[in-house]
Amino acid sequence: MELSGAQILVDSLKREGVEYIFGVNGGAAMPIFDALYGETEIKLIPMRHEQGASHAADGYARVTGDVGVALATSGPGATNLVTGIATAYMDSIPMVAITGQVFTHYIGSDAFQECDIIGVTRPVCKHSYLIKNSDEVADVVAEAFHIAKTGKPGPVVIDIAKDAQMHEALFQYPETVDIRSYKPQVHGDPAQIAKAAALIKEAKRPMLYAGGGVVLANASEELRQLTLKTQIPITVTLMGLGAFPETHPLAMEMPGMHGSCCANYAFTDADLVIAIGARFDDRVTGDLSKFAPNAKKVHIDIDASCIGKNVPVDVPIVGDAKSVLTELNKQVSTADIDPWRNQIQEWKQKYPFEYEQKSDKVMPQYVIEQIYEHFSDAIVVADVGQHQMWAAQYFKFTEPRQWLNSGGLGTMGFSLPAAIGAQLGCPDKTVVNINGDGSYIMTIQELVPAVTMKLPLKIFIINNMYLGMVRQWQELFHGKRYSAVDYHDNPDFALLAQAFGATGLRVEHTEDVVPALQKAKGITDGPVVIDFIVDEEENVFPMVPAGAGLGDVIRGLS
Amino acid sequence: MAFRGSGQRTSRSDIIAKKMNSEERHIFSVLVENRFGVLARVAGLFSGRGFNIDSLNVAETHDRSISQITLVTHGDTQIIEQIYHHLNRLIDVIEVTDLSTDTHVERELVLIKIATDNPQKRTEILQVAEVFRGRVIDMKPASLVLEITGDEGKLKAAIDIFNTYGILELARTGKIAMLRGSES
Repeated sequence: MELSGAQILVDSLKREGVEYIFGVNGGAAMPIFDALYGETEIKLIPMRHEQGASHAADGYARVTGDVGVALATSGPGATNLVTGIATAYMDSIPMVAITGQVFTHYIGSDAFQECDIIGVTRPVCKHSYLIKNSDEVADVVAEAFHIAKTGKPGPVVIDIAKDAQMHEALFQYPETVDIRSYKPQVHGDPAQIAKAAALIKEAKRPMLYAGGGVVLANASEELRQLTLKTQIPITVTLMGLGAFPETHPLAMEMPGMHGSCCANYAFTDADLVIAIGARFDDRVTGDLSKFAPNAKKVHIDIDASCIGKNVPVDVPIVGDAKSVLTELNKQVSTADIDPWRNQIQEWKQKYPFEYEQKSDKVMPQYVIEQIYEHFSDAIVVADVGQHQMWAAQYFKFTEPRQWLNSGGLGTMGFSLPAAIGAQLGCPDKTVVNINGDGSYIMTIQELVPAVTMKLPLKIFIINNMYLGMVRQWQELFHGKRYSAVDYHDNPDFALLAQAFGATGLRVEHTEDVVPALQKAKGITDGPVVIDFIVDEEENVFPMVPAGAGLGDVIRGLS
Repeated sequence: MAFRGSGQRTSRSDIIAKKMNSEERHIFSVLVENRFGVLARVAGLFSGRGFNIDSLNVAETHDRSISQITLVTHGDTQIIEQIYHHLNRLIDVIEVTDLSTDTHVERELVLIKIATDNPQKRTEILQVAEVFRGRVIDMKPASLVLEITGDEGKLKAAIDIFNTYGILELARTGKIAMLRGSES
């Protein structure tokens, strides 16, 4: 049967099992929105800004593991998606971003709302397609979903000209996808895996270093088996939090710039580092010349280009974390490393994450601790900045996909729309959004769809009236010259929430923190925003200053 | 967005700087889908990640659905490895071969337009062209165009010599290369 390109697109998305499309309507995408009108199998979620649409699709993908879908019109609609696409690209999140494009005969003429979005997004997506004919739609959608979710996942952009949306073609959805130039390597080389097992056997001070790749590969169970079987201490990165329960005695918590002293000291002293789905990011390694100087390195990664990019590796293993760990687990046994384990325990006990009650103000870390007390099973979506680090430090994650944040790109404004996507993806879970006063206002408009859909989001603002992380750097490295970080002109977020139709509360005293959280817990018919007015100049510690080695971690200023 | 510290960039570039001494020239043969935008993806990869392109040649192969990119670059072992993996990571790239790791042949074609102000100079130029097995493909009273094929060393020598006669215009194809056939 002949259908319009837009209808073929919608039917193709159904074949891919798409539940939600997050979008903002506009001229060059109108036929697609028209095809979605009255559609029941796919729910269209109108967002208030295209950036919100791409982050919501991203949040949905992070909690479900399925491909998130964002939709926007051409030109500014498409460029507004870009931050969300780049965010997903840096964290390897499966996403398909669909943009309308001007009529094919206008392409290249600087037509109204024309933008070469394929050109704009080229460095920030895994792949992209420009569709000029209706009969290409089905094949492109099938390929795009295949590429987005296999190998190292990532966002794929589909730009579809308006006439290709309108013209009719025969709808035939491909049963299988075979791309001759794209064959991701799933299974690791057995010889390399055997080498890794041998190194594990010999090591006296080994450590596991697991990242977001473990979550993406759904390999948390295999990671837990490896850790428990070998009894090797483990650090899980910001992107991997929850892949291994942080409450376990072998967990050293997060490494890196604001990571635990224990994990950072362990890197410095280890004789073997087994990296799994982690990429030796500069925020983890600190000064590369001082990073794990005594350690042999095993690196398991689906992306060959990630191996040896920053740090030379002794045993590279290209493959899917789940597959490689399954094989590796067959070849390992309990490591005979009691002195090393004791050393780790000593560091853990000596240097926990800690803070002082400096003033009569609410301490931000206390708020996070109490959020954890009250919502320990919740999905936590953090934004970017100090609150993100405190949340990573003081909330103890135990399950994969429980913690969402923009770790790679560090996109402020990510969290509120991502929380919307997360709540739709996991309707039975409580979704807590830990936000900053700077980041919250960047995408605050997405409170509108959250209210409209009555999503019971718990939005907690750690409000220090500053662009806090930048202020911290200015305090430490720029002689307290607080350039462009003073946010004392913030609006009253509680009142503003009420104006949006949400519940808005303001907490200024420590004794009010718990009652407010309890109240938030009881509100289930819509979003609740709590504005926690916290100590203004509290810093995130520990801290490895930029350019320093992990062993030079500053535990605190006092 | 707002928070973007300079981080450890210096130490990484230090490490890269140390390796500069061990830089090597590599020639990659890249088979790609003959599709819109592929060259931009390859070129964008090089510019975006700070890799170098010394020479680039793109053309359709005998299979019209496949194009061949011949790309000359340089870098230390780590950079070359990165280039190899990043090329492979592009969805439209079918196969990447680092020809430098094996015995291969490479050729380039150059067109040189040279001023021939007087007959004596023209005779001299034709004699030199003979040495380089150059072919005259256009001759006018005041100039001639030579076609010379060869590897990098030969073309450099030819261009150096002809430069002394005054090159008016020069165009070259960029290198193309392939592995030598196997012995058996």
